[in-house]
Amino acid sequence: MNVTIYVPADSGAVAVGADRVAAAIEVEARARSLEITLVRTGSRGLYWLEPMVEVATPGGRVAYGPVRARDVASLFDANFLSGAAHALALGDPEEIPFLKRQTRLTFARCGIVDPLSIADYRAHGGFRGLERALAMEPEAIVEEVTQSGLRGRGGAGFPTGIKWKTVAGATADRKYIVCNADEGDSGTFADRMIMEGDPFVLIEGMAIAGIATGASKGYIYLRSEYPHAIATMTRAIEIARQNNVLGPSVLMSDHAFDIEVRAGAGAYVCGEETSLLNSLEGKRGIVRAKPPLPALEGLFGKPTVVNNVISLASVPVILDRGAAFYRDFGMGRSRGTIPIQIAGNVRHGGLFEAAFGLTLGEIVEEIAGGTASGRPVKAVQVGGPLGAYFPTSLFDTPFDYEAFAARDGLIGHAGIVVFDDTADMLAQARFAFEFCAIESCGKCTPCRIGSTRGVEVLDRLKAGVEPDTQVTLMADLCNTMKFGSLCALGGFTPYPVMSALTHFPEDFQPRPIREAAE
Amino acid sequence: MDETISTRTRELISAHRGLEGPLLPILHAVQSEFGHVPQDVLPVIAEELNLSRAEVHGVASFYHDFREAPAGRHVVKVCRAEACQSMNGEGMAEQLLALLGVDWHETSADGRVTVEPVYCLGLCACAPAAMVDGRVVGRLDAAAVREIAEEVSR
Repeated sequence: MNVTIYVPADSGAVAVGADRVAAAIEVEARARSLEITLVRTGSRGLYWLEPMVEVATPGGRVAYGPVRARDVASLFDANFLSGAAHALALGDPEEIPFLKRQTRLTFARCGIVDPLSIADYRAHGGFRGLERALAMEPEAIVEEVTQSGLRGRGGAGFPTGIKWKTVAGATADRKYIVCNADEGDSGTFADRMIMEGDPFVLIEGMAIAGIATGASKGYIYLRSEYPHAIATMTRAIEIARQNNVLGPSVLMSDHAFDIEVRAGAGAYVCGEETSLLNSLEGKRGIVRAKPPLPALEGLFGKPTVVNNVISLASVPVILDRGAAFYRDFGMGRSRGTIPIQIAGNVRHGGLFEAAFGLTLGEIVEEIAGGTASGRPVKAVQVGGPLGAYFPTSLFDTPFDYEAFAARDGLIGHAGIVVFDDTADMLAQARFAFEFCAIESCGKCTPCRIGSTRGVEVLDRLKAGVEPDTQVTLMADLCNTMKFGSLCALGGFTPYPVMSALTHFPEDFQPRPIREAAE
Repeated sequence: MDETISTRTRELISAHRGLEGPLLPILHAVQSEFGHVPQDVLPVIAEELNLSRAEVHGVASFYHDFREAPAGRHVVKVCRAEACQSMNGEGMAEQLLALLGVDWHETSADGRVTVEPVYCLGLCACAPAAMVDGRVVGRLDAAAVREIAEEVSR
């Protein structure tokens, strides 16, 4: 009997040995003359269990993990092909609490299907959103997305439907859909996972955006640090063309739409939409002043939708199930689900898609299970390198755009990085300035110069040179950067810096006092 | 300039000329062909795309990816961003640099290896992470660091 075995080809799983495990399974099966079909999937996002191997049994899938190559022979010995017991057995993957507690809408297929099988994609509900969109008037598609309450998942939280409406209403000979896949924030990997694990959902979302706004060309600006995602996405686009999902006649309709992948070149600032557009045009990735809005004058001066990967990948389910279905999840003005990425010093790191509204404490303590080191949690940075550090005393903050803003933070791209009590918050604040200095595009003074001055101020503070003056200077500098920078790089660097100072003032005390306190 | 470099560059340019905004794809192609972006090719690109040499230099020098000089035979990129910091990525990086006898951005004297910082590989739930000649490595510990050092020193 031919048994199907699933091993992730997600780069997070590959980084911890999934390719070696897959090779060992093939070698072992051949040695034992067993017929198997090995399918490389995306990741389910339970990274502490990766490489997680799944076996298709008559009673459903059975998971094993974390599997090392040297465990493979014993798995065969235990007859894992029939889902038998083993020290690494995890049972039905869907019943693992971390997965069971989730609401997977955007990531419904990720980790389950063969990412490059269009038949798999269709069998799991793919293209239903696009088919429905093709039967609708463009205005009705825009209205559906608006009604769903979907907001930009890249961090800014701008209503996606409003952006589309602006582009749809603009008159031009060409319009573009640009997918921002320059996921540079530390602690975030949702874009990478979906592009590696379910690339067709992004293609479908972009095609719907094109039909809704009258754009016939899409670009995916994908960071060069993600070679696996570039390879999978590029291949998926070719397959989509062969199957008439992309091309002159999208699913045999009158609509034309095609997509091209463009690799970034290692500049963090190109995650900012206007510098991304400059980069796509072949220029330095310098931020543009707004207005004009990219929706009116974007790529090559044409009306352009610039949306994050997850925003676009959430569109198919909205069109398939309807705006009300999606909008019914969430809280306040944060509707639908958000793929929270739990990273850093945690026991259970991974992707957790859930309706908005979980508290930070629930996420860190219950879902992530506290720190990997077993030490107490000291700080949690939410929203990447430009996000605030939260102390445990703010763990009651619900995951919601407005609730985080009210506490001088941001959810950004929904990555959270956990630090244990060995973290030095002065060093983290210094890193925030240093990172800004390395990545600044140089266009505006507060960011270009302020970041370097910030590093110097913190070095003097650490050395105990007039500490009170340095703290005043730092606060003043942050104020200038926050209100005087052109984009979020300079404008949001004050979030990690000031939150570190506000919530962990003891780390900013001069040395002798710090040491006396310890 | 070496005629073959110039000829090959013109071929790469014509392969990408039909793209909208072809400069970045061309620079990537040049780097993938020669291992770096030789300064000599910038005037060729400028001429072919009808840009000024200053513009092409400005773009090539803006992006961290494009190197002016060849790297070592192996390139190790070690993540220095927050998620890896929280799992002692800096400690692992220091061990690697010490074993290889180089500092950040440096190439070892024997030309075998270049070590570069990278700010996030998206492997944040398997931190600390690195990339060795394009191969991703997660959950770095002292043993994994020694393995990488041995591999790239061979």
